[in-house]
Amino acid sequence: MPVGDVLPEVSLLLGAVSIVLLASFIRQHQQHWMAVLALLAVAIAVGLTFAQWNEAPRLTFSGVWALDGVAISAKLLILLAGAVAIALSPAWLWTDRRHGEYYALLLFALLGVIMMASASDSMELVVGVLLSSVAGYPLAAFHRAWTPSLEAGMKYFLIGALTNTLLVVGVVVLFGLVGTTGYTETAERLAEGRDSLALIVATACIVLGLAFKLAAFPAHAWMPDVAQGSPLPAAAFLTVIPKIGAAVALARFVSLLPADIAWRAIVAFLSVVTMTLGNLAALRQSDVRRLLGWSSVSQSGYALMAIVVVGASERALPALLVFLASYAIANLAAFAAVTHLRGRTALVDYHGLAGKAPTVAAILITALLSLVGIPPLVGFFGKLLLFEVSIAGGYAWLAFVAAVNTVISLFYYLRVAAAMMFGASDSVVHVLPGQWTRTTLMIVGLLLIIGGLGAETLMILTDSIRFAL
Amino acid sequence: MILTAALGLPMLGALALAGSRRWTEHAARRFAVLVSLLSLVCLIWAWLRFDPDGALFQLVEEIPWVPSLGMGYRVGVDGIALAIATMSALLFAASIAYPVDTLGQPRQYYAWLLFLQSVSLGVFLALDLLLFYVFFDLSLVGMYFLIGRWGHGQPQISALKFFLYTFAGSLMLLLAIIGLYLSVDPYTFDMRVLIEQQPLTGTGLYAGLVFLALMLGLAIKTPLVPLHTWLPQAHVDAPGPASAILAGVLLKMGTYGMIRLPYAMMSDTFTRYAPVIAVIAVVSIVYGALVALAQRNLKRRIAYTSINHMGYTVLGIAAAAAFFDEAIAARQLALVGATVEMVAHGLITGALFLICGSFWQRTGEYALDRYGGLARKAPLLTAFTVLAAFASLGMPGLAGFVAEFQIFTGTFAVYPWLAVIGIIGILITAALFLDLLRQLFFGRLPSHLTDFPDLGRAEWGVLGILALGIVTIGVYPRFLLTLIEASSQILVGGR
Repeated sequence: MPVGDVLPEVSLLLGAVSIVLLASFIRQHQQHWMAVLALLAVAIAVGLTFAQWNEAPRLTFSGVWALDGVAISAKLLILLAGAVAIALSPAWLWTDRRHGEYYALLLFALLGVIMMASASDSMELVVGVLLSSVAGYPLAAFHRAWTPSLEAGMKYFLIGALTNTLLVVGVVVLFGLVGTTGYTETAERLAEGRDSLALIVATACIVLGLAFKLAAFPAHAWMPDVAQGSPLPAAAFLTVIPKIGAAVALARFVSLLPADIAWRAIVAFLSVVTMTLGNLAALRQSDVRRLLGWSSVSQSGYALMAIVVVGASERALPALLVFLASYAIANLAAFAAVTHLRGRTALVDYHGLAGKAPTVAAILITALLSLVGIPPLVGFFGKLLLFEVSIAGGYAWLAFVAAVNTVISLFYYLRVAAAMMFGASDSVVHVLPGQWTRTTLMIVGLLLIIGGLGAETLMILTDSIRFAL
Repeated sequence: MILTAALGLPMLGALALAGSRRWTEHAARRFAVLVSLLSLVCLIWAWLRFDPDGALFQLVEEIPWVPSLGMGYRVGVDGIALAIATMSALLFAASIAYPVDTLGQPRQYYAWLLFLQSVSLGVFLALDLLLFYVFFDLSLVGMYFLIGRWGHGQPQISALKFFLYTFAGSLMLLLAIIGLYLSVDPYTFDMRVLIEQQPLTGTGLYAGLVFLALMLGLAIKTPLVPLHTWLPQAHVDAPGPASAILAGVLLKMGTYGMIRLPYAMMSDTFTRYAPVIAVIAVVSIVYGALVALAQRNLKRRIAYTSINHMGYTVLGIAAAAAFFDEAIAARQLALVGATVEMVAHGLITGALFLICGSFWQRTGEYALDRYGGLARKAPLLTAFTVLAAFASLGMPGLAGFVAEFQIFTGTFAVYPWLAVIGIIGILITAALFLDLLRQLFFGRLPSHLTDFPDLGRAEWGVLGILALGIVTIGVYPRFLLTLIEASSQILVGGR
């Protein structure tokens, strides 16, 4: 067994297990040390992932586990985004008696998402989706005594249970068709000829299952509730990280399919509906966390644009990864700002914030502008690449629809910015104590600008990534 | 380095103002004026170093930014860009120096103005399509916060409308830019390469779509009828200096963009659609003038004359694109006229909007029928307004005349009928400005204006400099024309 190929994952697993064990013994006021432990595990995993960087793309563990540029860059992104979510948590969960095991759940969820991004086998994909989901439900409902959190967790769970089942059904049908779960053989058998109807059913079920993790239409309904009700660091995690894994998994899966089942049209349709729905729903929100949830749905729609042209446009995969990275930075910055403000959520409470807490307000506004794609912030380069690959791949109309959607989205992002800049209020601004969230907020906020000015680094890192298949 | 200094200094100044809380109103204003003037000095120096007989783009600086996308920090100027950039810097210095109520936030106000100066100059100096877009978009952000925070009336709604509307235009522009980018091999955003290669020649529908998207984006910014509806409200609710910049600088981005992008990079397609553009321009001229005539609000009236004047500019550009290898002299005349119109309109309308700001500071209203008989109360204000209004309606000896004369002479050789209809616009403009002057300064002085103060020293100082510019261009246009003719000759194909 080539255990050496999964050392980053092993370090996460060991970290999670030791946190579960330790957290059952130590006192409440020491539980935040589990965050340090979790960050350590993530740091080791990042280091080990870098060691895999320069290898040629290949499959390992009898072809079920991909070690290619896409998987590795996605893994790095997932780990770094996970580290931000971890660092936001201690101050938020300070009063929770048992928040030690929260970090174990985060690490398990990270592990599941990494499995999704690396799976080159449909069974492996199911395991990854299930692991990240199972760890995600309690994260969403971690405020055990607060009804909105439980409601968010329950909604997340119900939609998840349904779509995960569909995913399994799809995988089983696919297995029935091709007699294998490995992607390499699947692609070969599908190229030989197949029963189109069954393949469409299988594809539809698998796409639905991944749409849940991606928070894309039609399995997006949990996203606004989770963003609003879950512990905010967990919401930051759930709006960003599963999306990265699911997008890569979906790209990997659709690239196996033969052209004649029109998967490009299906994904393009989902993309348009997701971005439009997310943006329209966000328009009238008067709750900032819910608004961010809907915006996150619409951003999934943009991510799907790159998947539409996988294989048709040579830069589709780099575009997907750069967009996901830019989205992760901007969304985490926005959530970090809201977390630092102790989760203040009603838009009216944001009035006049720019005068009271200028730095936090500036970072939040910059993050929102980055989500719109205003240059030279990092989000601009993500969107630029999406537009470019769409046009180059023959989907100029999709780029046009996305442009229209971007204008719509500007409206609600500006509502938040306007409330902070132009509103007036004399209430006191309370922020979380300690340096955890403040430092994280500063780092992610700076990344918004550094990521834009240093976009070349992102480009070089993702320039030649491709699937191992 | 000189161009980078011109656009970098205001940015550094903005950061310095934003970074410290210790600025007093007076210090912030003095500092902002100083930085803005330094930027202007840089551009004047660049002007002196510019060689009219040299290459199209000069003083080029290039630093790779995202080389794997073919994007770089590339700046450089031709005569057209340099003329407009210098006018912009002058107008910025004037607007910053113009006294205004900063609502207790002087530091932020001047920081945003300097930021806007930096990115606006960036638009005119960029030689990279994507860099152009970056600055183009950032100018929206700066103007949004200026209108929203320091405007009056319904500033937030106006600011939002302005941002949404023009952002829609700039996204069209982005799609078109990507379309241009994908048409060269190897992919690059370098404007010089695109201008040289004319990559879309003979690609039919593709070129048509790219052209349409480009023109839509730029026409919203210019604005051309029927895409002008964001303009009046944004102008009326913006603070005076911001309106001056909006009309004097930001609108130029649309017409400058037309010369720099579609005109220079896809001259073949532009030639094909030039008659359509010319007709739209004439509609803008006449419509803008007629609607302006009907306005009873001082600032709205001037705002609508902007639509009329930008129509002249677009008409000049369209005439300059009309044929491929014929009537070179006439087409060059039209292009030079269009550029001079941009410079002249920037100075004239900038001055008029600053004057509007002075009216607002004194009375808080723009309704024309609330004024009258101010000529004796405020002779300086009257003098400057009369000068600016006469310049705007095209009085010989002032800047507007030089521009409009060249545009119409050039257009007459190409599209005689459109030129004739367009002249009607000048006639109506004359009527509306004379009416405006009559209502403001003549007749009976209303009782609530009995202590109307005349212009302060800072105000007439600033207006004096702008007026000097207007008169100089009118009397001795040679210094400006040498610069512009050099580049337009190359663009039109005469050299």
